[in-house]
Amino acid sequence: MYDLIVIGGGPAGLAAACAAWEGGLRSILIVERDKELGGILNQCIHNGFGLHHFKEELTGPEYAGRFVKLLGETGVEVRLDTMVLDVTENRQVHMVGKSTGYRVEQARSIVLAMGCRERTRGAIAIPGARPAGVFTAGAAQRYVNMEGWMPGRRVVILGSGDIGLIMARRMTLEGAKVLACVEVMPYSGGLNRNIVQCLHDYDIPLYLSHTVTDIRGRNRVEQVVVSQVDDKRSPIPGTEMVFDCDTLLLSVGLIPENELTRQAGIEIDRRTNGAVVYENMETSLPGVFACGNVCHVHDLVDFVTAESQRAGAAAAAYVLGGAVPGGQVLEVKNGDGVSYTVPQHIRPHRVDKLCELFFRVNRVCKDSEILVTSGETQIARFKREHLAPGEMEHITLPRALLDKAQGAITVSIREVSK
Amino acid sequence: MYDVLIIGCGITGAATAFQLSKYKLKVGILERENDVSLGTTKANSAILHAGYDPEPGTLMAKLNVRGVELARELCAKLDVPYRPCGSLVLAFSEEERSTLEELYRRGKENGVPDLALLTGDEARALEPNLSGEVVAALHAPSAAICSPWEYCLALAETAVKNGVELHLNTAVTGLEPAEEGWTVHTNRGEFQARFVVNAAGVDAAAVHDMAATHAFDIKPSRGQYYLLDKSEGDRVGRVIFQCPSKVGKGVLVAPTVHGNLIVGPDAAPSQPHDTATTGDGLRFVRQTAQKSVPSVNFRESIRNFAGVRASTAAGDFILQESAPGFFDLAGICSPGLSAAPAIGEYAAELLEQAGLALDEKDAFICERHRTRFKELGVEERAALVEREPAYGRVICRCETVTEGEILEALHSPIPPVSVDGVKRRVNAGMGRCQGGFCGPRVVDILARELHKSPGDIVQDQAGSWLLDRQTKGGKADV
Repeated sequence: MYDLIVIGGGPAGLAAACAAWEGGLRSILIVERDKELGGILNQCIHNGFGLHHFKEELTGPEYAGRFVKLLGETGVEVRLDTMVLDVTENRQVHMVGKSTGYRVEQARSIVLAMGCRERTRGAIAIPGARPAGVFTAGAAQRYVNMEGWMPGRRVVILGSGDIGLIMARRMTLEGAKVLACVEVMPYSGGLNRNIVQCLHDYDIPLYLSHTVTDIRGRNRVEQVVVSQVDDKRSPIPGTEMVFDCDTLLLSVGLIPENELTRQAGIEIDRRTNGAVVYENMETSLPGVFACGNVCHVHDLVDFVTAESQRAGAAAAAYVLGGAVPGGQVLEVKNGDGVSYTVPQHIRPHRVDKLCELFFRVNRVCKDSEILVTSGETQIARFKREHLAPGEMEHITLPRALLDKAQGAITVSIREVSK
Repeated sequence: MYDVLIIGCGITGAATAFQLSKYKLKVGILERENDVSLGTTKANSAILHAGYDPEPGTLMAKLNVRGVELARELCAKLDVPYRPCGSLVLAFSEEERSTLEELYRRGKENGVPDLALLTGDEARALEPNLSGEVVAALHAPSAAICSPWEYCLALAETAVKNGVELHLNTAVTGLEPAEEGWTVHTNRGEFQARFVVNAAGVDAAAVHDMAATHAFDIKPSRGQYYLLDKSEGDRVGRVIFQCPSKVGKGVLVAPTVHGNLIVGPDAAPSQPHDTATTGDGLRFVRQTAQKSVPSVNFRESIRNFAGVRASTAAGDFILQESAPGFFDLAGICSPGLSAAPAIGEYAAELLEQAGLALDEKDAFICERHRTRFKELGVEERAALVEREPAYGRVICRCETVTEGEILEALHSPIPPVSVDGVKRRVNAGMGRCQGGFCGPRVVDILARELHKSPGDIVQDQAGSWLLDRQTKGGKADV
């Protein structure tokens, strides 16, 4: 019997385990499917990590290394090269590994930290032939940075998600020619700093409101056809551009990896594709918490860390503190301009002083106000000069304000005309 | 000197090789690609049709019903995923209702068991997600679904186990009558055979023309499909057809043996090897399918693909001796998969009539088994990993496929040489992430086990390269 089993040893799992240790738990197990801790950070060899959390600029492996070192100072047990196959409602965790065998472990609490996966060609139904040479950006990143192999020479990138942008620069530096980055939306899905540092600095054109409408080639990609789209995202005939290339990289979105969560019968939010969580990252199954990209896709790992520390601390409190009497549960509703919020439910009596609320907007907005209302009453207002779907937004609500709310609160965006 | 050389190792060639491997014969298969089942066999609806579609009296009618009867037993013996789920043909109008009645009569005549005409409400009681517009349906409980590539592989592997020689990467370039039988010219030299069987699928007319005077054309017809995530896999429990038309059996919605939902195909004339999908074709498939099952959620798409039907103007299979000692098994469009083992039997009969002696072997092996970790119970899994730790390393997380299963495939009678070859054998990469996670790991295992550089591992057929060159200093880091 473990006090806590953490599923996934990436940044979320590492931070959650460390925080739970600090919170007083002494029997903690991290289960990681790869041969080392760190998760996807290990293949993110570029810099830009840690500016918020460590106040310095680190590479992905360095960021992971900091936490692996911290973990080494605790008594947390780690099982590597071990895959969790099932999580049951009564918190049994089935796992299998080459050296660890098939094991069923009982946990008092569980942190789900499985991360996310990339959307594929099939998910967005790109028409055309099916030659080799169509990779998700993350798979290409693994080949280049972990395996030391280049997946092609002449590259078109569909989608302007951060991994795609990073790979545009990475493949250029390794001698490939990146011909274009193509984005179906009228704005980029990635961080602004990545547009500048990965595309502009290398003269790689970004085609907004464009998409890939055909892939040609029998054995290997030979051409990719790119068309402009109208405001309904339908291709406009006559706008086709043909690129001679051998590789198409896809950076068309990330999907939280919640197979285990669903198997356990935990409620999932259609908007985040992650578990519905309370203010302390607890899911609909008591004692089971979710954090990091398995809960909702983050833009910066620093925010994953912060969220996961809350989840780990909450797991410790759950195990050590026992049941907390019920009280009011506020539903967090998405108002105009908001595509999701995390948490989806807030129990004001469980909030210590401040409640963190994360969300994304569904369009680019300038000079806006973030409004938090309950019924007809406005309980908080925040100003922003710029809001974009590619960047996660974050507000902090004091408990005193939450206590004023009744039943539900709504988060919405109002653009302020100049 | 071979007794029989079979050209092509799709389902038809494999079924023929399987049948002939029962006898004391020297049999060879010449396959152009680096693996079996790479043509129409791997890209179709995966349906074993009940047999009410073909005109009574045709080869299609006779061999379809016989073929699905054989398939049930073969799939069990050869460990091929198979599910007898039954099918419904839907009618949306009075005119279509009379089509159903015609299909019912044909089915009775063809010997299809347990056919029943249902009202719209009766059909919806079986399949709650059917459209409210359905006025009647034909229920055929004997229809089934299978894994077509594993079916082909299982037949070919069993043939190889029983002594058949499979020559991969061997493309036939010419056929010449010899003193006894035929000389077969290929890119890998000459082969001699008393009898030659043409099972070349969409290229069957071209192969025929090497041996005999031109007699038929293959009119390739491409069909496009959606494959949806397992979250849509229970949308229907049976194969849902619309009324057939001249070009095919129409757009169907069906479960797959792997737990997904398959939707398609359309039908359009194409080049023989053009398996590209198109925006218009996929849109047609979506819209047409939603007429049958409006709630199909295409946002759960995980893959699109197209296959090419090897149709001819004959409207029936062309199974005949077209030149002395040269046999065509051509025009194998639907219900070719359903009929396959019966086509194999029929081909053996044709050969026997032409003078080939069929003496049964004393020890014909008709069994096959592969480990499917995912389907094992907790105790079986634990025992297996204890015994053989490679089964404890999960390579494909979506489909829960282990390294042990991949190694097992690499030691099978027809080992895979490509990432997709591994996929067809053990399902790694078939799931919702489509190999995004396991692809690099499978490349790694293939390179290690085949003693090749990762740069020499292909996605699928020869030429489908994956990795170009090592990064700067890539080698130094290894």
